[in-house]
Amino acid sequence: MSEIFEVTLLSLQVSGIATVISLLIGLPFGSWIALGKFPGRSFLLSIVNTGMALPPVVVGLMVAMMLWRSGPLGALRLIYTPWAIVIAQTIIATPVVIGLTSAALQSLDPRLQLQLYGLGATRIQMVLMLWREARLPLLAALMAGFGSVISEVGASMMVGGNIRGQTRVLTTAIVLETNKGQFDNAVSLAVLLLLITFLINWALTWIQQKGARK
Amino acid sequence: MSALIEVRDLQVKRRGQIALEVESLKVEKGDVLAVVGPNGTGKSTLLLALARLIRLERGQILFDGKQAQAESDAVYRRRLALVLQDPLLFDMSVFDNVASGLRFRGVGKEEIHTRVHLWLERLRVGHLLKRPALELSGGEAQRVSLARALALEPQLLLLDEPFSALDPPTRVRLLEDLGSLLHETGTTTVFVTHNLAEADKLANNMAVILNSKIQQVGPPAHIRSSPANDEVAVFLSM
Repeated sequence: MSEIFEVTLLSLQVSGIATVISLLIGLPFGSWIALGKFPGRSFLLSIVNTGMALPPVVVGLMVAMMLWRSGPLGALRLIYTPWAIVIAQTIIATPVVIGLTSAALQSLDPRLQLQLYGLGATRIQMVLMLWREARLPLLAALMAGFGSVISEVGASMMVGGNIRGQTRVLTTAIVLETNKGQFDNAVSLAVLLLLITFLINWALTWIQQKGARK
Repeated sequence: MSALIEVRDLQVKRRGQIALEVESLKVEKGDVLAVVGPNGTGKSTLLLALARLIRLERGQILFDGKQAQAESDAVYRRRLALVLQDPLLFDMSVFDNVASGLRFRGVGKEEIHTRVHLWLERLRVGHLLKRPALELSGGEAQRVSLARALALEPQLLLLDEPFSALDPPTRVRLLEDLGSLLHETGTTTVFVTHNLAEADKLANNMAVILNSKIQQVGPPAHIRSSPANDEVAVFLSM
């Protein structure tokens, strides 16, 4: 029981940290793409949109190569640690957050920017107000970002190594139990993963819809 | 009287084409200047240029005798307030909407409270204080939008066809109320419209823009009696 608790806690910690980092990167970057006017903007948006469909195993491979003992970042000794999973999951979630942030801001009336400036807003105040106006789709971006990492298995397995008590998360534990033929355990863990994902999304949806009803 | 705004040799281009050229334009303190002309002739472009919301190809805008370009955009814009054709209220309460510009300026809570109540009452929408702004009717929303701008007590008020989306009875009532408020406060105003009756009602000066150029500036009655050229005369007779 304590092992399940440990695995669940690590899953939430790793995916939670990765989601927060992806928001810290994705919100400003997505806003810059949505509100900026610069050459190559459409091309950049195409890359981000492609990144939204980045296969976790490809991310796992890239991160493993970077963090491998003989790799460029091998000296950091992060491979097969929870931080390696955080890095991989951040790379998976960030394009999702950037793409959905950008789409959310582009769906607002473009004259809102003029109106905000016309009321004396600075650029930062203008962006914060646009985030507030787009808070419902931005919450959807948060849900999608978290959903993309809590449920992925390929990258976590490749860079974390599924080490018991160290880097085993819910998804990699499910794979392990299935490989052992321990379907009862695998199903229990799968139900737990679904339940946690549901509870977090239910809470975020409640916040989102409360905002929508205001 | 001295000029609050002075525009010299201004040119704005859009997609390589000249969207507006102004050789010279002065707006005196306390003036209400109506900018009239057909659609697509550069009226709104002039307003955006005055608010520094559009890049100038060339030219100068002097605000109270000083070069506007010398200041940051935010510092410059905090002397003015802009109201667009659509109210563009934010998805928050009426109170928070009117308070928004004051909050941008770091005004204290008590002062915000006082000014929001005062201007909503003056615009006859004080009873809507706690209502979600996006649930208001068109007329109510435009009154809140005007309160949001006037609560800033701007040196210059820029209005871009604020009545054009309203039904005639609502438009007439709002025009009367705004006229009294501008007269009472002496707020310098530049007011874009394609409706000459609105210009007559609200403005003491009028600028006629045709073909992206200001053709004539003067009191509405004077322009009607002595149009500068045939184009102005034809426009006024339409």
